[in-house]
This record gives sequence, C-alpha cells and structure tokens, in this order.
Amino acid sequence: MIDEAELASFDIQDYLRLSMMPHFLCPGCGHGIALRALLWGLHEREVDKDNLAVVSGIGCSGRLGAYIDANTFHVTHGRPLAFATGLKLARPDLTVVVITGDGDCLAIGGNHLIHACRRNLDITCMMLNNEVYGMTGGQLSPTTGEGRYTTTTPHGNPEPGFDACALAEAAGAGLVGRGLTRQVSALKDLFVDALGHDGFSFIEVISDCTEIYGRKNDLGSSATMVMNQVAGMRPEVDSNIVDQPFRPTALRTGVVARNARPEYGAAWRAHCARVNG
Amino acid sequence: MKPGLRGIQGNHACAFGAVAAGCRFFAGYPITPSSEIAEKMATLLPKVNGTFVQMEDEIASMAAVIGASMGGEMAMTATSGPGFSLKQENLGYAALAEVPCVVVDVMRGGPSTGMPTRPAQGDIMQARWGTHGDHPIIVLAPGSAQEIHDQTIRAFALAEQLRVPVVLLYDEILGHLLESVTLTEDAAVLHRVWASGRPEDYRPYATGDDLVPAMARPSDGYRAHTTGLTHGEDGFPTQEPAEAEAATRRLLDKLEHHAETIEAVDCEEVDDAEVLVVAIGIVGRAARRAVREAREDGIRAGLFRPITLWPFPERAFAAAVRGVRAVLVPEMNAGQLRLEIERLCPDGATVCGLERLDGEAVEPQAITKALATLMKGGPS
Repeated sequence: MIDEAELASFDIQDYLRLSMMPHFLCPGCGHGIALRALLWGLHEREVDKDNLAVVSGIGCSGRLGAYIDANTFHVTHGRPLAFATGLKLARPDLTVVVITGDGDCLAIGGNHLIHACRRNLDITCMMLNNEVYGMTGGQLSPTTGEGRYTTTTPHGNPEPGFDACALAEAAGAGLVGRGLTRQVSALKDLFVDALGHDGFSFIEVISDCTEIYGRKNDLGSSATMVMNQVAGMRPEVDSNIVDQPFRPTALRTGVVARNARPEYGAAWRAHCARVNG
Repeated sequence: MKPGLRGIQGNHACAFGAVAAGCRFFAGYPITPSSEIAEKMATLLPKVNGTFVQMEDEIASMAAVIGASMGGEMAMTATSGPGFSLKQENLGYAALAEVPCVVVDVMRGGPSTGMPTRPAQGDIMQARWGTHGDHPIIVLAPGSAQEIHDQTIRAFALAEQLRVPVVLLYDEILGHLLESVTLTEDAAVLHRVWASGRPEDYRPYATGDDLVPAMARPSDGYRAHTTGLTHGEDGFPTQEPAEAEAATRRLLDKLEHHAETIEAVDCEEVDDAEVLVVAIGIVGRAARRAVREAREDGIRAGLFRPITLWPFPERAFAAAVRGVRAVLVPEMNAGQLRLEIERLCPDGATVCGLERLDGEAVEPQAITKALATLMKGGPS
C-alpha cells in the first residue's frame, strides 16, 4: 500500500521541466505513470538533479527524457545503452538512468542490452514494454504476443513474443525486475532498489498502449487494461495458434533476479591501478 | 610514453598522437586494417587513467565515444570501411548535436567485405556524405606515419574547437607503414568551451560570431537537453520552419566560417605548373616522386595534396590550379576525388583520372607515364 507520508514528501513537479508541458503522450498511456514511479524512486534515493544523467532512445519511451529536469540525452534508435556505457565510464560520478522501450531495447538495440547486462556497469535501465511500436503507428514489436493484431500483423502475430527479463538475467544483469503501472508504489520500490544497486539494473515496466494497441486488440478501456495487468487477468488472445511459449499474462513481477557480480566501472579502475602498479 | 624519434607504423602513430592530444576514452571493435589502433590504445590508456572499452559492435563503439564526449572526455574510435558504414548513424548524431569526437577510417578494398588486407581509397565520398541529411564534418587525409600522428592531434583540436566530428582518413598502406616518427609527449589540445555563467541564462545552441555554442558539462548545473532531433537554441526539438532552417544553416555555416583554420594542403612546384597532380594519402607520395621526375623530363608538373580533404580546400586549390592546362587525379578508387576536382576546375583545363581498383597502390611510374602522355598530346 502507498504510504501517505511518503507520497506527500514527493512533488513530481520538482523533477519535471514544466516548460515542456503539456506532454505528448496519448490519453490512457502508461508511460507517464512509469515516469512518475521512476522520479519518485530518484527522489527517495536523494539523487541530485545536477548529477543525474538520463539517456533515452527513440520511440514514445525516448521522449520521456526531455520532461525530466536533469542532464538529458535523447540519442539514436536502440543505442541509449551504448551511449550510456561511454558516459558512465567517462563519468562514474554521475547517476546514469536509461529510458528505453521494447522496440528500442529488444529489437534494434538488443545486442546492446545483452552486453550492458554482461558488462554490469552501474546504470539503471527502465524498459517500458507496451508490446507495440506506438510512435510509428502501431507495428509489431518483439514483445507483441502471438496472435495479437498490429498494423504489420493484420492477420494476427505469427511470431512468439520475448521475455526481456529472462534475457537480462541470462546475460548477467546485476538486478532484474518487472513492475506494473497498475502498482505504482511497488514500481517505485523497484526503482529505489535498482538505483541503490551497484551494477546494471534492468527494470521492465508493463505500460499499456491503449490508444493504438488496446484499440486494435479490443483490450478495453485504459482503466480495464491497467486492471488486467495483474498476472492471469489479461484476456486470452483469440488465435488458433496453440503453441505459445511466452505469454504476457503469465509474467512474474517484482525482483526477478539478482546476480552478485563486480560492477564494471570499479573493475576497470582497479585494472588501471594494477597496470600502473 | 617518451617523446622523440621512433620507428613505428602509422596506426600506432595515430594512437600515440591521440593520447598526446589528451584523448582519454577509446571505444572500438576489431577490424582489419585498423585494429592496431585499438590494441595500442588498450595499452596506453590505462597508463594515463583513461578508459578503453571494446564494444559489442561498431555502432555501439561510436555511441560510447559520443557518450564519453558528452560527459566531457576527448574520445576516439577507429575502424575500416564496413565498420565506418555502421558508424554513420551515430556520426550524424555527433554532427547535429555538435559533440566533439574523432573517428579514424583506415581504408581497405570495398564495397562490402571487399579486400580486408588490401589498401584502397574508396571511402572519400562516404566520409563526406555517409550519414544522411546535410551535415558538417571535417575529414583529414594524412600522407605519412608522422602526418598521421600530427593530424590526429589536429583532429582533436578541430573537434574540440568547432564541436564537430572529425574523421581521420588514410589507406591500409599508411596504417601499416613503418616509418620514423617524432612523437609529441603532450600536445596540450584545448578542450571545448564549457558553458559558464548563470544556468538560467544558458541557451545550449546559442552562439556568438564564431557560430560555436558553449557546451554544458553534466554536473555543472545547467541540466541541458541534448537531442538528435532538429532543435532550437534552447536545445529542445522544433519543427518550426524558420527555426529549423536557421539551426541547420548555422551548422553548415560553422565550418564555412572557420574555413581558414580547417584548410590544410601540401603543395609542391605549383607556381609555374602547367599540369597539376592531385592526390591524397599514399598516392600523394607516389605523386610527389612522379612530379619531381616529370620536372627532370622537362614537364612543368606540380603537386596539390589536400591534407584537409573535407570541406575541400577550395581556395588553396583555386590558387594552385591557376594557369594549369591539365589536372591528373591518381587514386585507388573509381574516380571519387576526380569528381570533386572536375567540379572545381575552371573551363578549359582537362581533368584526367588514373584509377586502380585492384588492391594495389598507384605507383610513381604510372603517374609519370600518365603525365608524359597527357602533356605530349597536349590538352584539347
């Protein structure tokens, strides 16, 4: 449950560039809720805005960076983790947060995710998963479930979807978690955990695209979609495809995995010290 | 690293030059024939508490370099044709967001995987136009191991001073050529101008007469926004026509404004030349010998070797080509440099190419012979 006192101490406006309002997100989009949880987590961790660097990619998720009152870098499609790797190695003093989406992070940027997990630099990555390319008008994404309708799967999606957390865990990310925009307080706690973790943290946020994806798949109103985020409650896909190895309805939430591994920036600096004997 | 004379290959001369210039971050990906640069940087950077990172691919290494530069470090990556193709995406970002960085392209045979261990000069146009959209970029084309060292230092100076990506472009022969090089220990390249003054007054892309904006360093209190979207002076995206036009024009005008600083050429015997040889890199060296031999044979030949390849040194070329009847352009591609020379040549001067696409160098004898043929018949 949300702690009222805790909530009262956090004023989201302290962390936003109000000059950028109104934002461009569609009515019912979950991304604003996810952003709130992230900023709330940063607030609880007492991260100094001057010392915060936010790197985001391309897509609806990528636009969130511009709303944050910090050092913000809106980079190329799929590459925010690679930019952030350079930034964090050059500036270990900065708190580096990456905001990315399912297309940005798992399709065009998939290779960078694997290696960011493997390297384990102290970066917190928030991947907003709305199962669709929203900004380009609703095309298939790597997390679109089988049978789902998008503009490029007009007859239903014949491909299986992708479990991003399983990938991040297998690739060695220091902390892997999944949260829901339905559970803002729990999501905030995940970010508090991730920001405090000395290593690479990967947090997937289930964030609904109601305007395009929800409408196309008859998933109900935004409120219905949010309510149905809880595991097992999302309506079954109307499909004759019976073999579904991955189903968004059955995903675990909370901290999915912890890998106690050395943080890479510190490891590199120790390496330099050794070289210089 | 001790200063002084060394016998080293061009690629190592590049690495030594970079560290002397103040480069403290290198991200790369192995590729022939540039890998020796990454290998040498991996040796040198830990000794100066810099960072070397081998990234997962060419795209990521370009991205990491830009990320490090946005954090405030002087940063470099190195590659060859296929990798250079992959870097174009983020090179465009560096050009638009005005993030200083240095990219080395050691040219090999192409297109595609081509001839990885053979030299070529086929990336002349890719270096200028490889990324999409109208964008500023500086390309330097050194002609010896010493010049690779010196121009690497200059590449950092230009990148930092003008907030622009700088490409160092040379062929495989120069990369692997062992030569005597006088190393500079500390070239003391000045960093870019950092934003100063009150954060509330700071406009990230506002400039003075020099058209170069001051850059905000993270943690200095400016909390600026940097984006690959077309942006206004405030750094935030714009699609307002007048603002978009002004932003892109200023980007392009920036290099025009600093043309004199950017331009660098090497000329020999051009004053009374009736025929000019224009060549870069290793072919420039063959051309020098050919010009000297042609002079001995009574042909008034001259050499024009652009060290700054892009923006093309048009003013220096106009001066060199004055009174010339013919121009010969030997190169290891199908005439990329010749295209530019044809564009810049006055009416009446004949422009001839001498091209090799076989992974072999253009030899001095071939140039001498072409000069003799060209001048014997006389231009039409």
